[in-house]
Amino acid sequence: MVELETPEGVRELHRIFLEDVYGIPGGEKIRLCQQCGTCTGSCPTSYLMDYGPREVFAFFRAGMLDKVVKSNTIWLCTSCYYCTVRCPAGIKITDIMYELKRLAIKYDCWPRESKNPAMSKIFIDNVEKYGRNYELGLMAKFVLTKRPDLAWKFKDLGLKLFTSGRLPVKPVSVKGQEEIRKITEVLAAKEVAQ
Amino acid sequence: MKYLYFPGCSAEATAKPYDASARACAKALGIELVDLEDWNCCGSTSYFSIRELESFGVSARNLAIAQEMGGHDLVATCNACYTVLAKTNRYFAEDATLHAEINEALAAAGRRYDGKVRVRHFMDVLINDVGLDEITARVKRRLTDLRVACYYGCQYSRPMGTFDDPEFPTTMDRLVEAIGGDPVDYPVKTKCCGGMLMLTQEDAALKLCHELLAVAAREQADVIIAACPLCEMNVEAYQPLVNKAYGTDFHIPVMYFTQLLGVALGIDAHTLMLDKQIVPVDRVLAKVPA
Repeated sequence: MVELETPEGVRELHRIFLEDVYGIPGGEKIRLCQQCGTCTGSCPTSYLMDYGPREVFAFFRAGMLDKVVKSNTIWLCTSCYYCTVRCPAGIKITDIMYELKRLAIKYDCWPRESKNPAMSKIFIDNVEKYGRNYELGLMAKFVLTKRPDLAWKFKDLGLKLFTSGRLPVKPVSVKGQEEIRKITEVLAAKEVAQ
Repeated sequence: MKYLYFPGCSAEATAKPYDASARACAKALGIELVDLEDWNCCGSTSYFSIRELESFGVSARNLAIAQEMGGHDLVATCNACYTVLAKTNRYFAEDATLHAEINEALAAAGRRYDGKVRVRHFMDVLINDVGLDEITARVKRRLTDLRVACYYGCQYSRPMGTFDDPEFPTTMDRLVEAIGGDPVDYPVKTKCCGGMLMLTQEDAALKLCHELLAVAAREQADVIIAACPLCEMNVEAYQPLVNKAYGTDFHIPVMYFTQLLGVALGIDAHTLMLDKQIVPVDRVLAKVPA
């Protein structure tokens, strides 16, 4: 079990984080953050975050990434890439948010009120099962298991989409499902090895 | 002009009108779109952000098939498919380790990829291969005086900015001008719609959609056009929820840019699936001279 509650555990988190970030093309630019705050100012959801993107880099420097992986910050990133294109140091901030999401799942320390990890999990299951996203299945499973309150709120919309033929009942499966299984199997083994 | 076409998962469901109208426009403009054989999910933001390496592999299977089919250009309509496939292609070219890992995984599935495919957005093909003059020449119904808010969304030109500016793109505005319409000043044109937050944290997404709708209303736009299934869905379908949350009364028609282009090219409303929109688009069609 991965452990975050000891200084050694936090150091290990930093080690894995840096190794993965340096693996991203241009990842070493993370050292160049000058704390200007352009990222936080550009972010459409930073006002809801426990810590804005600028603070993420400050925590990283202070050796306190454990605070970040437990925060709601990373789950509010919508991948709009504003921070990435505006960062004067050229830091690939969106990719770093992805890395932090993966670490939060690895350490199983994401905030339990966030529904985004569950959504991603259902999405991945769909792709691994069918090879494509099955939109009706994704929405139905997510709403029924995680947000039953939305069933009422979204009922009119769901009905409209359904009657206009924009939410087919059946999933479409690709012929190469076995290929996808083999591809993900080979790469999953590598990810664990890292 | 012949291209391989990547429809994307939404094209089979919520974004059927995008797919149908893009195919119809292509046909009318002499672009041949050949479907990528047995394509799979691009990898998508949801997959990418949780299992990076696997999603690169899944994404690269599409590129390998495109290469096997002898394709040079793989065209996507969905912003997210376009960005994810293009990003996989770029990282594959830049990162030798990733290159080797992906090919090891593809080999297990009996495929390989050598980086020979170019990923392109359908808009890029329209603007740079067909050309605006040619499109203007083929217009059958000029959209005279139609006020159009061009909503590009995030992943149209971010992060890579290959065919348009990442901050302030203009290609969609220029297309609207070429078919006789009047693109309104729309400073929020690349702001986020909230994406998947609409299902997981809808307050945040509704706030973003409210701004997109409010600016379009302020500019008296007759219609908002989009280039991404998630953008289109969020901005169009959730207007009743935005109205409830903000005490507004928006009923702004929203459609895909390919549907509006199709109208100008004289393609019938049924083929363009304009009858499948959630906010009725009759008012828009009524403004366009027959």
